[in-house]
Amino acid sequence: MSAFEAAAGYDRESLDRQPTAERAGGELMSKRIIVGYGFWIFLLSDIIMFSAFFATYAVLVGATADGPSGRELFDLRNVGIETAFLLLSSFTCGLASIGARTHRGSWFYGAMSATGILGAAFLYIEVHEFAGMVARGAGPTRSAFLSAFFTLVGCHGLHVTAGILWLLTMMAQVFAKGYRPDILRRVLCFGLFWHTLDIIWVAIFTMVYLMGVGQ
Amino acid sequence: MLGKLSWAAIPLDQPIPLFAAALVGVVIIGVLAWITLQGWLPYLWREWITSVDHKRIGIMYILLAMVMLLRGFMDAIMMRSQQALAFHSAGYLPPEHYDQIFSAHGTLMIFFVAMPFVIGLMNFVMPLQLGVRDVAFPTLNSVSLWLTATGALLVNISLVVGEFARTGWLPYPPLSEITYSPGVGVDYYLWSLQISGVGTLLTGVNFVTTVLKIHAPGMTYMRMPIFCWTTLASNLLIVAAFPILTATLAMLLLDRYLGFHFFTNEAGGNMMMFMNLIWAWGHPEVYILILPAFGIFSEVISTFSGKSLFGYRSMVMATMAICIFSFMVWLHHFFTMGAGADVNAVFGIATTIIAVPTGVKVFNWLFTMYGGRIVYSTPILWSIGFMVTFVIGGMTGVLMAVPPVDFVLHNSLFLVAHFHNVIIGGVLFGAFAGYTFWFPKAFGFRLHEGLGKAAFWCWIVGFYVAFMPLYIVGLMGMTRRMQHYDVAAWHPWLLIAAGGAAIILVGIILQVAQLAVSIRRREELRDVTGDPWNGRSLEWATSSPPPAFNFAVLPHVEGRDAYWSMKQRARRQGMLSGEPGYTDVEMPRNSPTGFICAFFAAFMGFALIWHIWWLVALAALGAYATFVVFAWRDRVEYVIPAGEVARIDRANRSARGDALVPMRATP
Repeated sequence: MSAFEAAAGYDRESLDRQPTAERAGGELMSKRIIVGYGFWIFLLSDIIMFSAFFATYAVLVGATADGPSGRELFDLRNVGIETAFLLLSSFTCGLASIGARTHRGSWFYGAMSATGILGAAFLYIEVHEFAGMVARGAGPTRSAFLSAFFTLVGCHGLHVTAGILWLLTMMAQVFAKGYRPDILRRVLCFGLFWHTLDIIWVAIFTMVYLMGVGQ
Repeated sequence: MLGKLSWAAIPLDQPIPLFAAALVGVVIIGVLAWITLQGWLPYLWREWITSVDHKRIGIMYILLAMVMLLRGFMDAIMMRSQQALAFHSAGYLPPEHYDQIFSAHGTLMIFFVAMPFVIGLMNFVMPLQLGVRDVAFPTLNSVSLWLTATGALLVNISLVVGEFARTGWLPYPPLSEITYSPGVGVDYYLWSLQISGVGTLLTGVNFVTTVLKIHAPGMTYMRMPIFCWTTLASNLLIVAAFPILTATLAMLLLDRYLGFHFFTNEAGGNMMMFMNLIWAWGHPEVYILILPAFGIFSEVISTFSGKSLFGYRSMVMATMAICIFSFMVWLHHFFTMGAGADVNAVFGIATTIIAVPTGVKVFNWLFTMYGGRIVYSTPILWSIGFMVTFVIGGMTGVLMAVPPVDFVLHNSLFLVAHFHNVIIGGVLFGAFAGYTFWFPKAFGFRLHEGLGKAAFWCWIVGFYVAFMPLYIVGLMGMTRRMQHYDVAAWHPWLLIAAGGAAIILVGIILQVAQLAVSIRRREELRDVTGDPWNGRSLEWATSSPPPAFNFAVLPHVEGRDAYWSMKQRARRQGMLSGEPGYTDVEMPRNSPTGFICAFFAAFMGFALIWHIWWLVALAALGAYATFVVFAWRDRVEYVIPAGEVARIDRANRSARGDALVPMRATP
């Protein structure tokens, strides 16, 4: 296997054993492509779920019921740090993918750990922000605006939590089983998932926090 | 310890649900005892419950749909008889029970009859038509099935433990909020739909990937049978619409469980947002159901007319156009919201436009039949019945797409008649056509023709007798969901409608009889060739029932109607094409992951409904552990040796050759 093929994630052995997956014209379609494609479709559906929460937030953003609005509640410095952590974790997640493809344990475990730690730091800041708001009497039951805010941002936070659980499982699995083709496919999906959370966070950062403070 | 659950949850004072539940319980225990005594449990576990074979999963989906159809139909009979009796009287169903019945009827029929039926048919047929060995993600397929079954289980548990929603099949707030529905009924509804919704979404992901990425060699997109196209469109809609349902129901759950204010009356909640969100899912949902049915009719009509489908390209275009338009019409479900004349006009026109591609399809089917040699067997009877019935239902739909008309007919029985007209006449007739058409493929023998035809005539006559009167009383001003009434002019029509339901009941009994008689007489109904209807697409190119690997060697496709041209060539040459070189086949191993995962999901759903928090945590942990165990497997496939593949395929080739080329010289 050439270095390029290794870096691009081709696995000749698994490519050769795919009689069930043949495309029109007789070309072989590797399992890696099928799994990645399917996971993309799932991620698109996840994005649609978020868009329902975004639409709800947009409808309810003015429904503060005489309670606090985003302008009074949001602290952009805090959110900026949070954003930096998450974007950086996407970079380390990319490094981990390269580490997995080239079968280099130090890169893989190191970068995965960094991703997990950055994700946890992001979560810590988010939970801290939520707790502060609840303590000020601005919890999700205060107004429809706050219900929508906690649900949208909290749903992203839940995704990050699930992502960290998945990350730990993947590290354990690579440790126990090595760089098997099926495990590499899962690492690929994990990477896609993590980057998608980044994309959604960019939308939250813009639509919720930047536009909220600007109002 | 047990949250809100106590002995008071069991409705000891209500004889009807208790009796029904006892009957269901006796049947279930009886069947289980019989299976255990016969020693079939290991076989069932090994070959069916843990199966990841798309054919078996499809059959189990359809079985679930049929059992739930019986349950949902019981509700229908109760509603029709209540309304027949409840003129100037209270009838025999108290309001709080009647409200649960119409809610359960709608929920069961849409989510646990229509959905599993079409998903089951897609599961069974689509990989065979594409000429491949399985779907993209076989184990995920099993997870989908069992999560759907979990949802159905929870709805049925509500019959005896607690209550079901009294809010209608879509729980409109503020009625469904905790203030006005403090019981567990709405929670049963919400959690069973959330759990089965995950299953449906995973099916969508699985099937979209399969249709777009896994084909036999030469099976280009424009050579796929129309059923594969409608499967693709339907599953694209699942992927795009079901997340909206999940989000909407999650918001209602947050309102109910944690005091959020999405749809409440106070603190800025906006109940009309629920109507918008739920119908942004709900309108695509009706196309999720009807598009596969359109695909089935296309296959059936073309096969029994002995012609390839008229206007294939326009059929594909119409399917994909419906797929897109279906997201642009949701507001017609609540023109009376008061969005204003401009908004209503836009959605009214969009709704009228969506009838155009459907009309294209109807003409394509008619032109396919025109000039064909039509064989009037049961599947095409369902198809012809569909065309007549569905056109009527479609036209009443276009009528209600005119906002001023809708203001008069909104929430009336006219609407109820309309959607039964399209769902029974479209989805259900399609499901029955597909069931009769592909039954011999699944089991190797046909269904009894005479009983099938008799069942068809009872269904179609019963349908018209039951629902045409509802159009009339709807125009007279009768609203839906009335437990009793005192308008004398409605009464005779409701008596007729009850008679129609009784005729449909005869149809259902005949269908049960058809299945029983066909199993008993399976030897005379046996199909050895794998091609009982002189079929056109690849599912008929393999034996009935197909082997686990579907095709010994993936077929090479050279055009539309792939199997038809193979047969033509064989007849011309006087022999089948030469025996292929057989190789080992790798198939995915069976896995209990789906079943175990659903086992935990059932406990989790039940615990969430009754606020038993420790059990929620335990079940969530169990589900996660199940996935980890699955991910830790080392051997994911097993090998069927080339010799075994050759033996199975040679037997089928010999039978097929005898049928195709009767006078060939040497085998």
